[in-house]
This record gives sequence, structure tokens and C-alpha cells, in this order.
Amino acid sequence: MIPLRRIWGLMYRHLALYQRSWPRLVDLAYWPIMQMIIWGFTSRFFAVRIGSTPAVTVGVLLGGVLLWETALRSHLGFAVTFMEEVWSRNLGHVFISPLRPWEMLAALMGMAILRTAAGVIPAAVLAGLLYHFNIISVGPVLALFLLNLMVMGWWVALGCTSLILSQGGGAESLVWSMLPGLTPLAAVFYPVAIMPHWLQPIALALPAAHVFEGLRSAIRDGVIAWHQLAWAAGLNAVWLSGAMLLFWWQFQAARRNGALMNIGE
Amino acid sequence: MHYAIQVESLTKRYRETLAVEDISFTVRPGETVGLLGGNGAGKTTTIAMLLGLLVPTAGRIMVLGHDMAKDRFAALAQMNFSSPYVALPQKLTVAENLRVYAHLYNVHGVERRIGELADELDLHDFLKRPAGKLSAGQKTRVALAKALINRPALLLLDEPTASLDPDTGDLVRSWLERYRAESGCTVLLASHNMAEVERLCHQVLMMKQGRIVDRGTPDELLARYNRVDMEEVFLDIARDRQAAA
Repeated sequence: MIPLRRIWGLMYRHLALYQRSWPRLVDLAYWPIMQMIIWGFTSRFFAVRIGSTPAVTVGVLLGGVLLWETALRSHLGFAVTFMEEVWSRNLGHVFISPLRPWEMLAALMGMAILRTAAGVIPAAVLAGLLYHFNIISVGPVLALFLLNLMVMGWWVALGCTSLILSQGGGAESLVWSMLPGLTPLAAVFYPVAIMPHWLQPIALALPAAHVFEGLRSAIRDGVIAWHQLAWAAGLNAVWLSGAMLLFWWQFQAARRNGALMNIGE
Repeated sequence: MHYAIQVESLTKRYRETLAVEDISFTVRPGETVGLLGGNGAGKTTTIAMLLGLLVPTAGRIMVLGHDMAKDRFAALAQMNFSSPYVALPQKLTVAENLRVYAHLYNVHGVERRIGELADELDLHDFLKRPAGKLSAGQKTRVALAKALINRPALLLLDEPTASLDPDTGDLVRSWLERYRAESGCTVLLASHNMAEVERLCHQVLMMKQGRIVDRGTPDELLARYNRVDMEEVFLDIARDRQAAA
């Protein structure tokens, strides 16, 4: 039986926090909306001044922004939820309760989904209102693109969380920079083929590169590149398994060296 | 006999530092046992190992019949912990905090249980106040409410009356006495307040530099050191003065 009550308990702790903190709520949607506005104007400029096909340009750029924000928000949603426990020095209480580590991860993933929805849905609506770009027009395959990027956000955040368990709150800056730092390799706005040859295998080791190749194929040619989706899903399975093993290893190390008792700095 | 706590040859080493060295003790169900010692004696490390937060370097811990190395979650569901040094999330109200822990401990009838605890610990006036805006006395009562949310069979308390004024401290001690008598709960209490230990504890474990250096009932220790209060016994042990007999 899935222990939903314990998972819900930890999610409730964070939802209650958002309920009484409007800066946290604003923060969820602020950056995705800013990104959407900036890239919306940029895509219009490209379409008008450079003479490319407006619908394709707007679609590729804004679709890229929205989908990459999904990965970024998922990553932040997971990692910041964990950091909230570190900041409030509550990890000790959480880990002496019967909550299993995997249940905590499930709660963090649940919060990441909610935070991502709160950030990306307003930006997607704005893209429709301001630039007449409807991300849903990509079709049902959009759900698979989003799922893969969400999962990528989880495993990158899991890697950050493991580092915080190992190094304490000093590793916090990695939470903010880890996934944004992978943006050049994610092929969000350009094909992998345009990268230097030596960089291409590294980019192709990331699920995001396959998702965005697939997105461009869907928007530009109307073709669903199933092989790209298969690659993204396979890579996610490998990376997520590796990140979970790393977390488990660091969690056990933290129980040995006492880090769980005073994690925070 | 089934003990509530059974510790055998427990050792914790951090690289060069031996925090706890080869300690063994048992606690019978329903007993209140005091864990005493100066700063750095190993009390917190011992409690952390009992809670499964810290893995021992050597030794074995059985809590409520469960081996903490193999089956700690079964034990954790039946125990709880309170310390004034471990804060609850400050932005959440008292009721929200209790609700969170009620779910984590799989408590049925969450609102009813919160109501019971609010009655028992007189929390009604500040149930809707953020935990960060409470006085020290109120925080202690809320921390106790959190520790009792799952009706634990074993309660670990780390200096439960630290930073409280004498009146509030006395109220908390009276409440703990009554709760233990009514519930039959086992209590392990780490404290620097010797009057508290004399009043609440059936047995006392005296720790120094990671080892248990003496043990017994408060009366036995007073007689052994030929002293009239536990504070003097504590000082005798802390300053390496020998027992009278």
C-alpha cells in the first residue's frame, strides 16, 4: 500500500507555507512570465526583420522557452522544497518520523509538479494572449515532452540535494545554477548539429536535447519523432536511477557522520 | 523480559573523536530514565542513535522490540522526541504544524487529536498563531504536543524545561508526571536540571566523556556520594570526586 498520508503530510507542510506567503507565490510565476515576454518579442523581431516564417519562429522559440521552463521549475520546485526543510532546520524532525526517504522524495516530486504548474501555466496562457502561440497545438505528444523535462528537473535536483546532504547548506548555490548551467547543452533554441562535434555526444546524453529536437520536428514538420522521445525516456530512466542511488548513498553517509543532526550551514 | 530500550556496547566514533564509548543500558516499559552529563558527555549523540538519526560505529540498539539497524521505521512510528533546540517550521501555525506531524505519524482522527492536545496542554489561545511568534513557554508546550501527537510508547526528551521560567517549568514537569502515570509511556530524559531529574526519574545514567560512569536510582546515587541533592552528585562526577562507598 502506498503511504499517501505521510507523503501528503510533507506536501501539506509546504502548501501551508505558500498559503501564507505571497512572495513565494509570486516567485513561482514571475520568471517564467518574464522569459515568455522577452522571448515573445525576440521571436517577433526575428520573424519580421529576418524574414523567417512567423508561426514557426514563434513556435520554436516560445515552445522552447515554455518547455525549458518546465524543466527549470521542476528542478527548482524539488530542490527548493528540500531547502525549505534545511532553512527551517526541520530535517531532524522529518527524519525521526516514520517517513521513509523514498516517501520524502515522492513528496518533493509532488511539490515540484504543483510548483511547475503554478509557474508554467500562467506563462503559457500569456503566450496565447500576447503572441497567439498555443502550446497545446503541438498535440497530445506535448504531455510526453513535458513529462520528460519534468523528470529531468527531478534528477538534477536530486543530485543537488545529495550534495547538500554531503556538504551542508554551503552547496545551496548549486541549486540555483546546476540546471540553468546545462542550458547551452539542452539544445533548447538550436539543433544539436550546430554544436561542435566534440560537444554533441555530451548534449545527446541529456534527455532535454532529444525533447527539443522532437519539439522542433513536431512544430516545423508536423512529425512526431518517436525515436527522440524514446531516447529521452531511456536517458531519464538511467539518470534518475543514478541520482537516486547517489541520494541513498549520501543519506546513509549523513546518518553515519551526523550531518542530519545539524545540516543547515 | 522485553525492555523498552536495550542498548548493548554502543559506540560512536567520528574520525579521531570518540563521542560514545561502549555503553550498555536497559530501560523497562513505563520507566522514566534520566541521561545526565555535562556538555559533550555524549547524551545528544546517544539520543540521536536511539532515534535512528545517527548510525552507531558499533553496538546494538533495540527499541520497543525492534532492532534499530534493521527495522527502525517500525520503532519510530511508536516513539517521539522533543527538544527546545529543534524548532518546528516557524511560519506555519501551531495547528498546521501539529497537522503535518499527525499525517507523518499516520494518526487517525487528526483534528480530534489536535483538540485533545490543545485541551491537555492549554494550546487553544495560540493554535492559529505562527510557531515563530510564540513565547519560550508556549514553544515548549507545542513541542511537547508534537512529541505526543502519535501517543508514543517511548518519549525522548532533551532538556524539556530549558529556558523556561520556574513556574512554567514546574507546570511542564507536573504535566509530564501525570502523562507518564496515565499513559504508561516510557521516558528517556536528558537534562541539566537536577531537581527535575530527582523528581521525575526512576533511574539515572551519569555520562562523562562518552561513557556511563555511574547509574542508579536518585536515592541510590545520593547515598553513594553521601550528598543531599543530585546537583552535588553531578558536580562530584563532573570533577572526578569519588563516591563515598
